[in-house]
Amino acid sequence: MMKFIHKTASPPYFYRLSGLWIPWLGAITLLLLIAGLYGGLIAAPTDYQQGESYRIIYIHVPAAWMSLFIYMAMAAAGAIGLIWRIKLAETVAVCSAPIGAGFTLLALVTGSLWGKPMWGAWWVWDARLTAELLLLFLYLGVMSLYVAIPDKRVASRAVALLALVGMVNIPIIHYSVEWWNTLHQGPTVTKFDKPSIDMRMLLPLLIMAVAFKIYYVWALFLRVRVELLERERNTQWVKELLHQSKEA
Amino acid sequence: MKEFFYMGGYGFYVWSSYAVAALILIANIILPIYQRKSMLNKLTKQLERAEQLK
Amino acid sequence: MSQGSLSRVFLALLKRDLLLAFRHRAELFNPLLFFVLVVTLFPLGTGAETRLLQTMAPGIIWVAALLAAMLSLDTIFRSDFEDGSLELLLLNAHPTSILVLAKVLAHWLITGLPLMIIAPLLALFLGLDQDVIGLLVLTLLLGTPVLSLIGAVAIALTVGLKRGGILLSLLVLPFYVPVLIFATNAIEMAMSGMPVTAQLWILASFLLLAITLTPWPTAAALKLSLS
Repeated sequence: MMKFIHKTASPPYFYRLSGLWIPWLGAITLLLLIAGLYGGLIAAPTDYQQGESYRIIYIHVPAAWMSLFIYMAMAAAGAIGLIWRIKLAETVAVCSAPIGAGFTLLALVTGSLWGKPMWGAWWVWDARLTAELLLLFLYLGVMSLYVAIPDKRVASRAVALLALVGMVNIPIIHYSVEWWNTLHQGPTVTKFDKPSIDMRMLLPLLIMAVAFKIYYVWALFLRVRVELLERERNTQWVKELLHQSKEA
Repeated sequence: MKEFFYMGGYGFYVWSSYAVAALILIANIILPIYQRKSMLNKLTKQLERAEQLK
Repeated sequence: MSQGSLSRVFLALLKRDLLLAFRHRAELFNPLLFFVLVVTLFPLGTGAETRLLQTMAPGIIWVAALLAAMLSLDTIFRSDFEDGSLELLLLNAHPTSILVLAKVLAHWLITGLPLMIIAPLLALFLGLDQDVIGLLVLTLLLGTPVLSLIGAVAIALTVGLKRGGILLSLLVLPFYVPVLIFATNAIEMAMSGMPVTAQLWILASFLLLAITLTPWPTAAALKLSLS
């Protein structure tokens, strides 16, 4: 088992494998996105309370889910990299951060765009929006730390450490922001929760969530390949690769 | 069709949400593809120079 | 190594750091001065209306304390890093995490404790009720060590970098949010006569959690920064 992991996680093997996977991942993402968008924008009925504005949830909710999911994935990959010293895991952790930050930003912007017609203000200190903003700061911290440390091997281990410490903190931050929010403002309208949701509304949401997950893998593989090339530029496999591409 | 873009008066909010989403999602794909190309170019040139020196 | 010698090393390290700090008294007063200055600026910026200042006082004092604590973080490891004694510390046979704890404790005694002592005076400036001043000091007693402990992790990660300043605030501030929320909330609740035991227990549990959990990542980060 460990042998298999080490083989798959070896940079040249992963580089080749991910090259084969990327077109498929892209195709599946696009198909799912088209299906989800059709379901969400056209097939799903109008909401009786929020009118058409609720259609923002098909981006907002999956993006918010992804922002947390990617942070967990980043911390897990970082832990694997720290414990077993697998280079690929370190690279995965580092490359996850900008994608996660993108989703966090997306969740914030769409939350704000949904909030303007619903609450009458671009920004409300709602518990989830505030927690999402803090999550964005955590991502930015991880990214800036990686950029700031010149030795990339050391930098990725530092980033893994920071992501792990952040992982312990995310539930605490979430809980305290919730506490702060309920005491200061009284419970606001719970954003997108409904007691019973129409199947035609729910299904596109789930499709979009799956689409975003596969999109993450796609974007991640693309980034990991660049990072691997840069880090391994003096190794034999990269040189062979360059020769091959020159002949072709 | 016009109604579809009007979104019951919420068109601006809905469509800007989707536009921002498209922007961020596409950027995260295009950027690494471009970076990989320039990285390959850079490394190839470095390799050629190293071989000329030999 | 026996248990006795570990506690001796712990105390020796503590004593050394305190002594060094007393020789550079400016470092001792800088965070304090910053704290007082920031709190003085608020009435000038918002107008000195008593009711407004009163409601904002817990937040103002805590945010200022938080920033002062953050600015002083650099002194935990910086000078030891520059003169090489940090490397000796890591080569020591005793567990680095315990030694790190000694350094953080020394740092808190130098920077956190003075904030606690001066805070009642600032509370009077802002017209805070005299009944809650004791509580303010208690929240600072429970909260500021957490700030030092969390800050130690971040400073250990960035100690090798030339320009770590802004990066440090980005790394540290999200982690400070829970402490800020519960500490200010406790004071606000007490001002309106509500019980605050829950908030105090939560702050105490943050402190215990930070004491037990942060020394390991700090030690690991120091090893990384020195590699």
